[in-house]
Amino acid sequence: MGAPTPTDQPGISEYRRREQDVTLEPVRRQLAERDGGGGSGEELLTLNFGPHHPATHGVLRLLVTLQGEVVRDLKPIIGYVHTGIEKTAEDKAYWKVIPVVERMDYLSYYFNAMAYVGAVERLVEVEVPRRAQYLRVIHLELNRIASHLIWLGTSALDLGAVSIFLYCLRERELILDLFEMSSGQRMHTRYFQVGGVMEDIPGGFERKLREFLKIMPERADEYGAILNSNEIVLQRLRGTCPLDADTLLALGVSGPLLRAAGNPWDLRKADPYCCYEDFSFKIPVGTVGDNYDRFAVRLAEIYESVKIVAQALDGLPEGPHMTEDRKVALPPRHELATSMEALIHHFKLVTEGFRVPPGEVYNAIESPRGELGCFVRSDGSSKPARVHMRDPSFVNLQALSHMTRGSYIADMIATTAMLDPILGGIDR
Amino acid sequence: MPDATGLELIAQELREAEGEGAVIETTFFRARGSVEIDPARVRSVLARLRERGYSFLASVHGVDYYPHEPRLGVHYELLDMARVDRITVKLRVRSERPEVDSVTEEGPDGPGWPTADHQEREVYDMFGVVFRGHRDLRRILMPEDYEGHPQRRDFPVGGEPVAFTFNERETLGPM
Repeated sequence: MGAPTPTDQPGISEYRRREQDVTLEPVRRQLAERDGGGGSGEELLTLNFGPHHPATHGVLRLLVTLQGEVVRDLKPIIGYVHTGIEKTAEDKAYWKVIPVVERMDYLSYYFNAMAYVGAVERLVEVEVPRRAQYLRVIHLELNRIASHLIWLGTSALDLGAVSIFLYCLRERELILDLFEMSSGQRMHTRYFQVGGVMEDIPGGFERKLREFLKIMPERADEYGAILNSNEIVLQRLRGTCPLDADTLLALGVSGPLLRAAGNPWDLRKADPYCCYEDFSFKIPVGTVGDNYDRFAVRLAEIYESVKIVAQALDGLPEGPHMTEDRKVALPPRHELATSMEALIHHFKLVTEGFRVPPGEVYNAIESPRGELGCFVRSDGSSKPARVHMRDPSFVNLQALSHMTRGSYIADMIATTAMLDPILGGIDR
Repeated sequence: MPDATGLELIAQELREAEGEGAVIETTFFRARGSVEIDPARVRSVLARLRERGYSFLASVHGVDYYPHEPRLGVHYELLDMARVDRITVKLRVRSERPEVDSVTEEGPDGPGWPTADHQEREVYDMFGVVFRGHRDLRRILMPEDYEGHPQRRDFPVGGEPVAFTFNERETLGPM
């Protein structure tokens, strides 16, 4: 007696049975009809790519239909790291939601926190001090650089350039050290709070940050020099898998992918939030929207982010880093010893949390991957009735099949890398 | 942003074009305008707003207004990139028959919004709203054989068996 076939297993559901002997006959027939009754003479092969594959940048599964080496159809299958964060958030007080939403897109945690915190601040109508806003900009832009560094490193790895991965992680380490200085954590820092930031930056932070700002553009020059003189990388990027801006807009794609196609849409410029109007920076755009443009736009954004951080650091206003509104923000530690009021506020905030007036708000910011929108619905209690993240990776993923159809499978790998999907954000 | 008057103008225009019942309510909250519409008119209302310049569908998401009826809501966040202007279109359907037309495909009553494909699937998955005319309406984040719609407010947290553990005892061998 051999091993039991899947159908013999007791307790297995209809879906699992189907998954275990999956046949792609319908897809094959459909494609054969489209290509003229299978007259091409080449057999179609459906390949399951992922979910555990280093070039999928996470737990992404792609069902790819190939004709020889040419991609004819591609279907992303997602949900492998779905953890129900939106559901979890409904069961927590507003300020306790921040650490869970940070874990969605795990490379741009400051952005997740900013989108959520911004939405709650709009609902509560709390004024954020200017110093807090500048500190937020510093951390957001540092996070953008860190996120782009991981993207650049892993993408170059996919294209066969191994050493650049180590260089990128080396620079990212400097940023994580800065995060550790300001908040105590390297990732998922919970630094942004409703009404401001958790703590002011410590002494020595400015000096370390200035050192980093000096190093980073030089290092980015080096990355550019290495990759732009690498013939293999260039051949795999130039002219591969372009998609025009109109199709991208119809698919809801935003961020560097859209800018690579020549549309200069950037929420930091178009609809400034968090004092972005105070800084002068450029928006890098591409021309044809191929993989090289996507690469070049992100690399150029690193320089712009460095500029923004430098301006924010130079112009950092004095003042409080947290709102004075005691209904929302915790009172300073020393007040608890002397003020009964402060003690009551502290107790209320820590036990129940603050109540938020009923209403619905959608707050959108520019994350490293595009428009990151946070929808928060309040029913008047101290817990949100709904938290939803419009994650750019989730929406941008729909463009992958449009980009790769008709290209070689090697270009599909490069395009997936240039798409920069973060599965934690896609699946939430 | 359309100000409160601009929002009323848009609502008035929609009422004139689509009939008096097309717009149920307008809300101007925290400097953002939203219109609640008749679910049957969603395709044509979105098409009209696209003609007004709101050509980018930023987000489609679901809301559960439990225990109020109509209980399930679908929100469409529209964006006008030229004027940098946002408007939210909301609709609500009853929980016993949660059906609404899909906006993904092109049709006689307006062009399609391909970006809504995955997002409508997510709303279906999480809230059980059925989008009529969607080409591939399957669960997207939860497993295909999952029962229930977890983002509904009356869906309990926890208490469900862990996936892939049905034959845990046999596969682990003698402990």
